[in-house]
Formats: sequence, structure tokens, C-alpha cells
Amino acid sequence: MKILTQDETRRITDRVMAFTKADECTVTINGNRTGNIRYARNNVSTAGLVENTQLSVSVAYGKKQGTATINEFDDKSLEKVVRRAEDLARLAPENPEFMPAVAKQAFKPSATFNAKTAAIDPEFRAQAAAYSIEASRKNKLVCAGFFTDTTSFETIANSNGVFGHQQATSLDFTCTVRTEDGRGSGWVKRSAGDVALFDAREASDVAIEKALRSVDARALEPGRYTVILEPAATSDLIGFMLSGFDARQADEGRSFLSKKGGGNRLGEKLFDQQVNIWADPWDKDVPVLPWDNNTMLPRERMAMIKDGRVASLDYSPYWAKKMGKRPVGSPGNMIMAGTSKSTADLIANTKKGVLVTRTWYIRLVDPQSVLLTGLTRDGTFYIENGKIKHPIKNFRFNESPVTMLNNIEEIGKPQIIAGDEVQYSMLIPPMKVRDFNFTSLSDAV
Amino acid sequence: MERRTFLRIGGGAAGAMLVPVFGNAIAAEELLNPVALPFKKALADAGLNAATKAGASYCDVRIGRYLNQFITTRDLNVENVVNTESYGVGVRVIANGAYGFASTNDVSPDGVAGAARQAVAIARANAKLQTEPLQMAPVKGVGEVSWATPMTRDWRTVPVKDKADMLVAASKAGLDAGATFMTANLFQVNQQKYFASTDGSYIDQDIHRLWAPVTATAVDKANNRFRTCNSMAAPVGMGFEYFDARAADKVRAAGGVATLYTRSTDLAEDARAAGRGAKMKLTAKSVEPGKYDLVLSPEHLFLTIHESVGHPTELDRVLGYEANYAGTSFATLDKWQTKKFKFGSDRVNFIADKTTPGSLGAVAFDDEGVRCKRWDIIRDGVLVNYQATRDQAHVIGEKESHGCSYADSWNSVQFQRMPNVSLAAGKDKLTPDEMIADVKKGIYILGRGSYSIDQQRYNFQFGGQLYFEIKNGKIVGPLEDVAYQSNTQEFWNACSAICDQRDWRMGGSFFDGKGQPSQVSAVSHGSATTRFNGINVINTARKIG
Repeated sequence: MKILTQDETRRITDRVMAFTKADECTVTINGNRTGNIRYARNNVSTAGLVENTQLSVSVAYGKKQGTATINEFDDKSLEKVVRRAEDLARLAPENPEFMPAVAKQAFKPSATFNAKTAAIDPEFRAQAAAYSIEASRKNKLVCAGFFTDTTSFETIANSNGVFGHQQATSLDFTCTVRTEDGRGSGWVKRSAGDVALFDAREASDVAIEKALRSVDARALEPGRYTVILEPAATSDLIGFMLSGFDARQADEGRSFLSKKGGGNRLGEKLFDQQVNIWADPWDKDVPVLPWDNNTMLPRERMAMIKDGRVASLDYSPYWAKKMGKRPVGSPGNMIMAGTSKSTADLIANTKKGVLVTRTWYIRLVDPQSVLLTGLTRDGTFYIENGKIKHPIKNFRFNESPVTMLNNIEEIGKPQIIAGDEVQYSMLIPPMKVRDFNFTSLSDAV
Repeated sequence: MERRTFLRIGGGAAGAMLVPVFGNAIAAEELLNPVALPFKKALADAGLNAATKAGASYCDVRIGRYLNQFITTRDLNVENVVNTESYGVGVRVIANGAYGFASTNDVSPDGVAGAARQAVAIARANAKLQTEPLQMAPVKGVGEVSWATPMTRDWRTVPVKDKADMLVAASKAGLDAGATFMTANLFQVNQQKYFASTDGSYIDQDIHRLWAPVTATAVDKANNRFRTCNSMAAPVGMGFEYFDARAADKVRAAGGVATLYTRSTDLAEDARAAGRGAKMKLTAKSVEPGKYDLVLSPEHLFLTIHESVGHPTELDRVLGYEANYAGTSFATLDKWQTKKFKFGSDRVNFIADKTTPGSLGAVAFDDEGVRCKRWDIIRDGVLVNYQATRDQAHVIGEKESHGCSYADSWNSVQFQRMPNVSLAAGKDKLTPDEMIADVKKGIYILGRGSYSIDQQRYNFQFGGQLYFEIKNGKIVGPLEDVAYQSNTQEFWNACSAICDQRDWRMGGSFFDGKGQPSQVSAVSHGSATTRFNGINVINTARKIG
């Protein structure tokens, strides 16, 4: 697939607009080229390249809307997809919550594209795998990992004059290293938009060291512990909670952010004073597209939690209009303030505690309190007098991220981390948290 | 692992491929016109020949056309009708003893041949890091054959308006029963899959699946409380006739606390029960933590089976191929080799079966061209087998594959996926009411709730939708804030009774995630109501700021 340029996609969107006689028209073009290599048992298991490009056309007559997609771009195909969308719009029922296409917007570009990342080739991917395979073999360990890189573009346009086009690159690497006897397991994750920030050897060594150190884990009684949570241990917990910052749900009484008697908890102090979380499409470490393609509204730098207070909620255009709020594009990233302290510094300041490398299989147990359950995995250690004393068996936890962010004792230096099951690009610090609730032991290594 | 794929499909990473429409995005006649078989055979031959010429010792070509429609309603409004179509070809080869895979949406002989040559090049590159060559269990070519999901009403022929009306009517029933809000979805899937291989097979399959989950939310603003309750109807591998409710398919839950269905469902009745359930949960008694005998309805137990039996007996996990993502398994080869490993109590029998009519996993051939079959996984409580693909069969001393290969798209490589794994019904006559009559202190659980299990499938925690307290053989009232925690082996060894075949029915997982890049598959799990003695129950109620 060719990554289309702005001029090329503008020609396509202009042609599409010219074909339609509907009241309004919106167009999105997405394309991506994703390479990957997967390995296990110290061997490459699969490697591949997936390419895709898609054109979506949505038209409306009054409050009746129709949308169609196609992946061919000749004139005949463009006209066909427009006619199909128009046919659908005529047949569609009126949507009482229909919102007209947004007016022309200005999008300030964000630095989502890196040419060197876009140039990653099969040899680079194979080398990333080879580092961990060779080092694992040398240490009599067994590794499994996955490296993937994506080069993509997105174009948005509508008949009110909205137009945006931008390219993006990203890479993700995860590696699990296990001892041959299955008694130890270590893991690492790295994400970046710029390949220069990625070092497969450094990353592999982290997983190898954790695997070697985690052998012969001892059982610690379940209970409430002071924990040092590496960024991968909290990314999905926090991401899960922030995905619940929906204003409509809160206003309607079906969210942890609902207020007794009605309304929402915007402005209330729900978290520790140290908690500051914001979104910023132009952040140099985790840049995202400067628009939200659902609404075609610009994203903004916006506080989500400020000094422990709920600083903003996510309003859909419909709900914003109904509630008299200014609509903003939904955030694509999430940045949490930290300090210059390393994870090692946090450990050094801990008399007794548990170090958690990552958390796993996190699910919502109670939406009323955002109670989540999940487990620790691939490197859980007991800390005593500022030092890692020995590996411990994995725990299941039952904890709310709201409670967790109220119990913060110390925060470290934020690191780039992509969520496992949340869509945000994230910059999260390691955290020391008191009274983290481990409810049972797991025998899994 | 049952991932949060609905979110991904509903609006996240799938991006512009899945778009909201209020109508049928693809003209019905186009949907119903399959690609001509001679054209698919010619395309496949172009790929097979190109791969062989480039040096592949084996090649398979999968031509896939995937048509989906998702309809979403919120209360009495239709929010979305999403139609998707995806069409392309995936080519897998073995060259120099290693796999290579490439895919293309250039559905022409040249496009497929190009992908085949690319797959061979990738295989040669992979072979450099390969320590031992692949071993494939033999498959005898079946020539040109076809199979289709048995059905009498094709969802593609049902007007969108009728389907939307059905969801809106269900939501109205839920609202009338006490819910404050209702959401309903209708997932409709058609996979038109053509498989050809150098073994001499040309297999054309037309697969259909449906699921209509409904969620009711009840809100008490004065007390700042809300509760949700989901519908119980299972996803199925059948036609739209599933929604033509038949009285013969009704099943009475123990104590009459719910009406459940087997091979058809009444969506409005199901939604009404969800609405009632959500309202009931607002005032239900909070559970006292402790040990209970659990009576688990099939609408709940299927997910426990999926997570604690289905996944740990996948041979690729046992061998370590999923170590970096979904994890490995406690059911290691040494345990299987003893032929004595007590996975469960003597009454526990698990059968794998990719042929069960109406199940989500039902096909005639898997994505390696292997004819699907039925086999034992756990017999009288003992682990006796795994789930294997062609390249794994030799590991467990078998001469043929179990037919467990699946890819979720033409552009995804096929790999080991779970067949339908089901708990056999009890041999003695037993109804759910009779089972409960034996319970002094217990909880009856219905419906799928939250679920989480560790990466080797030991420690799990499950919740449900509806919980009823059992005291001295009787259901005495609803409970809330219930979750049970156990260890897989301890749990299945605590299995003390299974109702008979009259109560046996399937639940299912529509978006089961696995692999890197992650793929989804759909799979059913059958059981009758089953009892487990002395299981640890926790109270999940919490207060936040």
C-alpha cells in the first residue's frame, strides 16, 4: 500500500464532495502498513506485513444519515460509494440525536511521524527478535516476544470545509523470558513513535534479569501491602478509569462520577493531591493526531485530573449541546505528572513492600466503585529495607483505581507505555501506593 | 481469554473499516451473491502454483469474504447500523521447513501469485532462525466440497428495520420492567471462506453467527446507586430463525427465577428479565463472604469452562507459543503423560467438538483443510488430551490433527484456536430444583459477569448476573456483590453434581481474543446446571470517596 500524501487525499475528498447532492458529507481515509515478527520457544513463529486502506463516506439529508465504505479509489468507485451512502440516507430513520457536521476547524499539526520508524524493514524486526533469542539461549532461558511497527495516515474532511491530513508511526515490543524449568518469568514492554528510543538489547536484558531473579518465589499472605507499581502495572487500571469520564453517564446516574441526587462530580476532589493527569496531542513523547475522527473536532491540551480534582469530563457533541457545554475532541493520550525519581529510588525509600512488574487480565467487578480485579505477573518481588529481598508468588488484587490514586505515597519519573486493553498512548510514572488490596495467591509463574 | 473486543470493534482500533450507518451499507443483492466457485478455484490455483514454483513444499490459500452487520440501540432509539465488508486472500507456505504468510486485497491471479511469492520469501527468512523444521500431520485432499451453516432464515435477507424494531421492542420491555436505561446490540456475522491447499482440497464454507446482548441499567439517584443486568440468551451459529421463539425451547431455571432458552430465544422476554433483574439488584442483600456450595447455571458456567478448561488445554499454550501474551498452562505435558492427572472429580467429562449444530465453532473443515470431529479432553476427571493443529499433532503422538486451526480474517495467519469444549451432562436424572434441594448453604448463579484468570489458568475470580441465596434446600432471595475465587483443579474436583441431558444447553463467547497480532474467534460451551461444594465467595462492594 502506498501511504497517500495530503495532495493525493485532498484530490480524493474533493472528488467525493463533488459527487454528492446531499445536505452534508463527511469523508475519512485511513491507511496503514503494519509489520510484525512473533517468536516463541527461542524461534520465530510468524512474521508478516499487513496493509490496508479504507475510504468512508457519510452523507445526510436533514437528520437522516447514511454511510458506506470502499477500498478502491478510481472515479467510478468514488461515485459508487457516494451513491450508496445517499441511498442509505434516504432509507434511514431520523436520528433524534443526530448532530450536523462540524464547521471548518484549524488543526495544529502534532509530531506523530518519524521517518526512521517508517523505514523499519524485515531485517530490523528479525534483529529485534534475534537479540532476545540469542541472549536467552546463552542464559539457558526460553523467550517469547512480539515486535510490531506501523506507518499510517489519516485524512478527514467534510462539506463545511474541515480538512486534516497527517501521518503517524509507532512501534511496540513485548518480550517474556522464562526459565527452562518454568520456575521464573520476566517481562518487558517498550513503546515509541521514534525508533531511536527503542533498544531491543536493553529491553531484552530487562526481561532476562527479571526471569532469573524471579525463580523460587515464596508465598506471602494476601492482604493490604505497600506496593511499587511499575508503569505497566497501572496503565490499564488508570486507562480503564479514565474511559469512564463520560459526562452523559455521570449525569444520568450510572457512573462512579455521578452525584447523589443527580448531576456529576466535576470539580470534586476524588484523588490524592499529587495526582495530575492531562491530555496533550502535541506532547513530544506521546503525540497523537490533533483531531478526534469521530467528531472531527480538534483535540486540546486539557486537564483531566488536577491536584486530585476531577478537572474535565468527556462530552459527546450531542450531550454538550444538551448541557450547554463547549464540545472538544476526545483525548487520544494521557499523561500523568511525576518526579525525577527512578523505580530504584522508590524501592530504596521502602521499608517493606511489594514490587509489581505488570498487571494482567483486568476486569471490572463493580462499576459503582470501579472495582477492578486482576493479577500480578512476570516479576513480583518482596522489598525490605530498601532492597529487593526475594521473588514472591503472584497475587490477585481487587482494587479500585480511585482508591489507588488516593493512597499514593511517592511518584517516580513518567515512562512511555501503551496500554494493553485501553487505546490511550500513555506517559505514566512508577508509583508507591499504600494498602493495595491483594485478595488471593496465584500459583502461576 | 475473553478480551474486551466489543470496544475495539465498536469504535476503537478498527477505525474507519467499521462505520455507523442507518441502513444497509451494501446492497442486499450484493451481499447474497457469493463469489463464483470457478473464479475462486482459479485464484487459489494461481497462488498454489506460484508458491510451488518459488520453492514451497506446502501451500494453502484462503480466500475470505467477511460480511458483518452490527445494530445498536439505546432505549427506544436506533443509534447505529454498522455494515462491514472485507474481501481478500491469505497465503501460507512452508519453505525450508518454516512458515511464511502474506495476504493481499488484490483479488486477481497476479495479486494472489505475488502474495504467494512473498510468503515464500518470508518463510526463507524465518528459516534462518528456525532450529528444527516444521512437522505437519498428513491431510488427505478432499477435492471440491462445500458446507454451510444449517439455517432457514438468512440474516442478510431480514430488513434492517425489522431487526432494529426487534431491539427497540426488547428495550421497551426492559424499561417497562423497571430499567432506567436499556442498550441492545445485534451482531451478525457471515464468513464466506474458501480454502485450497497443495494437499488437493478445495473447500468452500459459508458460516453464520448471531448474538443479541441486551443490558439493563437501573438507577436510584436519591441513593446514588446503579446496577446493571445483562440478558441471558446465548450467541449461536445459526440463522435468524433463532429469534423465532418456540415454547419447546424454554427452560425453567431453578425455583422459577428466570425463563431461559435453548435453540431459539424470545428477545423481549430476555430483555424484560434483564430489566427486572437490574431493578432487583438495587435492593438485593449484600452477600456474606465465606464458603458456599455453588449451583451454576449453564448461562454462567460456560465462561468458567472457557477460561479454566478450554484455554489451558490448548496445546500451543502448553508448549509456550502464547507465553508472551495470553500465557502458558498448568496442564503441562508431563501431567497428561501420567494419564492420572485429576483435573476434576470422577463425574467431570469434557468433550471437544467442532461439529455441534448451532454452536459458534461449528464448521465442517478447519482453516488447514482438516475435517472437524469430536474427541475427549477430560474423561472421568482425568486429563486425556489437548486441542491440536497439524504442526502440533506429533507432539502428543497423534497421526492426525484435531482440526483446531482458525484465522479471523483473510489477512490473519491461521493458528490453534479452541473448538467448542463442553461439560457432559450427568448420567443420573437430576433437575436444577432437585440439585438445590440438597444444598444447605449455597448460591445459585446465572449469567456471565466479570471474569479474570491468571496466565497459567490456576487462580480465577468470576462474577455473574443474578445471584440467589440457597438455604436448607430452598432459594430464599436475591443476593448482590458476589464473586467466587478458586483454583482450577480444586474447583473442578469440588464438582459434586451435574444435572442430566434435559438441562444441557450452550453458552458462548463471541469475541475470544488470542495471538499476536490479536485475533478473535467465537466458540460455544455446553453444560447442564452443575454444583460445586465449598467454594470461596467474596463480597465485592466497595466505597470510594
